[in-house]
Amino acid sequence: MNDSKTLIARLEHALGERIAQSQAGDDMVTIEVHPTHWIEVARELREHPELKFEQLTDLCGVDYLAYGQVEWDTSDVSNEGFSRGVEGEGPGRFSWDGRPQGVDMERRFAVVIHLLSLVHNERLRVRCFTADSAMPRIDSLIDIWSCANWFEREAFDLYGILFEGHPDLRRILTDYGFVGHPFRKDFPLTGNVEVRYDEEKERVSYVPVEIEPRVLVPRVIRAESGASEDAEA
Amino acid sequence: MSEIRNYTMNFGPQHPSAHGVLRLILEMDGEVVQRADPHIGLLHRGTEKLAESKPFNQSIGYMDRLDYVSMMCNEHAYVAAIEKLLGVEVPERALYIRTMFDEMTRILNHLMWIGTHGLDLGAMTLFLYAFREREQLMDCYEAVSGARMHATYYRPGGVYRDLPDRMPKHAESRWTKGKDLTRVNEWREGSMLDFIEAFTKDFFERVDEYETLLTDNRIWKQRTVGIGVVSPERALQLGFTGPMLRGSGIAWDLRKKQPYAKYADVDFDIPIGVNGDCYDRYVVRMEEFRESARIILQCVDWLRNNQGPVIARDFKVSPPSREEMKDDMEALIHHFKLFTEGYCAPAGEAYAAIEAPKGEFGCYIISDGANKPYRLKVRAPGFPHLAAMEEMVKGHMLSDVVAVIGTQDIVFGEIDR
Repeated sequence: MNDSKTLIARLEHALGERIAQSQAGDDMVTIEVHPTHWIEVARELREHPELKFEQLTDLCGVDYLAYGQVEWDTSDVSNEGFSRGVEGEGPGRFSWDGRPQGVDMERRFAVVIHLLSLVHNERLRVRCFTADSAMPRIDSLIDIWSCANWFEREAFDLYGILFEGHPDLRRILTDYGFVGHPFRKDFPLTGNVEVRYDEEKERVSYVPVEIEPRVLVPRVIRAESGASEDAEA
Repeated sequence: MSEIRNYTMNFGPQHPSAHGVLRLILEMDGEVVQRADPHIGLLHRGTEKLAESKPFNQSIGYMDRLDYVSMMCNEHAYVAAIEKLLGVEVPERALYIRTMFDEMTRILNHLMWIGTHGLDLGAMTLFLYAFREREQLMDCYEAVSGARMHATYYRPGGVYRDLPDRMPKHAESRWTKGKDLTRVNEWREGSMLDFIEAFTKDFFERVDEYETLLTDNRIWKQRTVGIGVVSPERALQLGFTGPMLRGSGIAWDLRKKQPYAKYADVDFDIPIGVNGDCYDRYVVRMEEFRESARIILQCVDWLRNNQGPVIARDFKVSPPSREEMKDDMEALIHHFKLFTEGYCAPAGEAYAAIEAPKGEFGCYIISDGANKPYRLKVRAPGFPHLAAMEEMVKGHMLSDVVAVIGTQDIVFGEIDR
């Protein structure tokens, strides 16, 4: 594989100011772009002879709502001992009715794509935060890489990110008539409804879930691995 | 004159050739497919969301259940991504064991594929032969991990334990006794490596046998030649990987181009197709059987002559041995912490991809420094393949839909996740 330094130089040469941020990374170069440049950057990445990322390996949504949040605080050790890992609001802790609502946060939803160039044998990760976290929107890449079609449907289904220009933005993985976007961090791990056979109605019916939300191992960030230097990824 | 119009047909989700739970809405003009709309998600279990709620190690077992016919390959990608995050060195012996088991998994997967693909297209016999060989490899899975399918054998830092010295034998039963018992235990007298070697050496002949049934078979050719043709340009656009991409004539294989484990040190070739139709993809996969067997023999040879640790000796990541734990307070604490809380991966992100039997299987992990992944995305090779279904079957007959499903090597565990 080519050197990541030369790749960053080539990217800067081809894309110039449209790169908001770049990072060499341990496994591959990561760049961040502004949503207004999303389409042109993508096209340039595929067409530019020095880049030639012909293949879209993966496209996924990310919800940064709970980034760096823990359920067990280990930093405030006192002579009375550690705090107990029973507080905090992870997705495993609340039910559908108790889910956090009306949370607003800038730079909440991101779309991350992984690209592969067969000619240069290199990979690239591009991240783009959507502008509005209440109604996340971004342009569709379907005209540039055909396989973006289902990947975008999946990101829409799981995160509610709207891809403008997508011809067929339907749910893909969840049930027909599903409510909500299950991979968002304010969606409970136990879910919303469950199905069971109703003896009286003699058909399958949807009822609220009976599982109690619980966390077996609390989420904890240890200082030595902490999210210090690149907390705001 | 009566009016002729298109009609819509429902295929699946319960259909033997849907390879799981695929529901296809087909718009037909007579017997010709005009539109195909796959409905997926009937096996969606939210693996990625579940993984976010568990310490890293506890999700390895879920990976087996993604592509449930190539179990260890899935584990490999997940474990490799964690290793990238943590920066753990894996001992050489573990890398060879991984390489060997990846290739055994490839054979397992391709056996399943040729069996069911043949069955769908009217070649019943092959199914029985393929499952006979699969059983032997399953025994290796069991010998090494205790489970026939969902092994959870790969761990961050290496593999769970070293290969067993003895291969378990069949016990005498009402159905297997006397001469039969001696025959089924013939390869099992020595160590597990002896068994694998005996199996693999014999396997070349088995592949030739499969080929006599299909390669020049007139019916087989009628069902596969010129069906589901994908040009190299489209294959790249559609995100094809693995045999689907190589069948279209693009020599791209992660084992060669971006080698991981020990693939840089073993000798093998990448077979590619010419026309990009179902028949070429069939030939590519048949040839991959032989290449996999070649790799396994080289690994067996190395593993016989070289001993060493199979998991990194880093108690923050991998547990101390039972003996040490009973003997040493420090080791006991490590053991306790590892199994109750797990380990924290440094904040950052990693994408690790391996050449799974179906194509590029990748795991993308975002970590915020916690003991659980912040986000796990599984890049399943079958997902973009199935997305191309409509393009591949348009204008073909209804029976060719079955051929295309077969050639895509669809498994819903990984597509629906």
